[in-house]
Amino acid sequence: MSVRVTLATAARVASQLRRDPRTLAMLFVVPPLLMTLFKYVFDGRPETFARVGAPLVGIFPLIIMFLITSIAMLRERTSGTLERLMSMPLAKLDLLLGYALAFALVAAVQGTITSTVAFGLLDVRTAGPKYAFVLLAIGNALLGMALGLFLSAFATTEFQAVQFMPAVIMPQLLLCGLLVPRAAMPAALRYVSDALPFTYAYEALAKIAANDVDGRLALDVCVVVASIAIALVLGALTLRRRTP
Amino acid sequence: MMETPETAIAVADLVVRRGGHTVLPGVSLSFPRGRVTGVLGPSGSGKTTLLRSIVGVQIVESGRVTVLGRAAGEPSLRRRVGYVTQAPSVYGDLTVRENLRYFARVLGAGGVEQTIAVTGLGGQADQVVRTLSGGERSRVSLAAALLGDPDVLVLDEPTVGLDPVLRDELWREFRTLAAAGRTLVVSTHVMDEAERCDELVLMREGGIVATGPPRELLDRTGSATIEQAFLALARRAP
Repeated sequence: MSVRVTLATAARVASQLRRDPRTLAMLFVVPPLLMTLFKYVFDGRPETFARVGAPLVGIFPLIIMFLITSIAMLRERTSGTLERLMSMPLAKLDLLLGYALAFALVAAVQGTITSTVAFGLLDVRTAGPKYAFVLLAIGNALLGMALGLFLSAFATTEFQAVQFMPAVIMPQLLLCGLLVPRAAMPAALRYVSDALPFTYAYEALAKIAANDVDGRLALDVCVVVASIAIALVLGALTLRRRTP
Repeated sequence: MMETPETAIAVADLVVRRGGHTVLPGVSLSFPRGRVTGVLGPSGSGKTTLLRSIVGVQIVESGRVTVLGRAAGEPSLRRRVGYVTQAPSVYGDLTVRENLRYFARVLGAGGVEQTIAVTGLGGQADQVVRTLSGGERSRVSLAAALLGDPDVLVLDEPTVGLDPVLRDELWREFRTLAAAGRTLVVSTHVMDEAERCDELVLMREGGIVATGPPRELLDRTGSATIEQAFLALARRAP
């Protein structure tokens, strides 16, 4: 592992994003727009928006980074750049951490913009500190990135990769408690949701929104961090120096 | 095959299977140091698989590949072996210079500007790779492999689609590198490039049809061109 190579990789990923202003614009504009849409869709049910509004700030980066990373890694694989890097003095961790750094930066900007719009303009309420949402947004972005990285190994085309979004993200979104509180779900589904990382990501956000800082919040954050670590290790295992 | 100090790469009984199909059925070869060895053969003859095995990115079934006295793919070789894949493997959304700077930083090497000059990319240095022509793109890929001045260069069809003048310049550069002691392995299916090599390996259907200097292969078969020599040797082979 080398700090030089990790930083070089982060800078390279960042320049690739900079070269794509349309993607950058969407990264920063779409979440606040969706937030606005949520607010007005729930216009007749302000109590629902009051419950989901704040956690949404941290959920967007999870979904978006998952998508972006799975496509970016698939491109590395199909363009042969991954094979080139694997034949060079680059540790797998250099590549993964390089991506993580660049995407954490994007998530920080995205989280700041979304939370500014949400708390400043859309009257989203939180009892907990607003900066905590940006921090959790970064953590969730890394979780999305790690999951995307791992799953990209199972896609051979971009068509397959984008379909991991409905296959992997949608069920977690439905089960995490954002749309329907977990207490209102059938017991079987609640057990399934216990095993999904999104559940803990959402719980942590909801707890901050309620300023409910206790041991359970610490546990939620720990599960998210552990999920990131596990997905990164699994992702590293899919990076092969030798291929068929 | 014998390993001598003059041998840069030794391949012994190399067997590679891909998708249930034997690509290399047990190949033994050696590549001399400081020479340009051309690997010639039609597409599907196993050239790329052989080259990938030398670089150490190919999963092999059995056999041994030794590069500079070490097992192919060993970490210490990652700085000493430059590899150009058949399809240009560079980032399409970065400029030529950004690509080379990144790969140079990964290697901990300098020489980006010099490499740009050698590969004739001065005019395109700040152009985004995606907007370049196919030939220019493969030159960027070649430039990336030249960074860090590797001892061994493995080039998979590096001159496909290049204009003849440029192809000539690149071959001169290969000769210069070999004269400076670098070992080059160049695959090609263009028979006239064979004459530019010091040594040839003729391949067909995963087998080695013949090896030797081009002159010797011509004399051995009484042929005027490498193409004819290839034909004669391929028909003679069992």
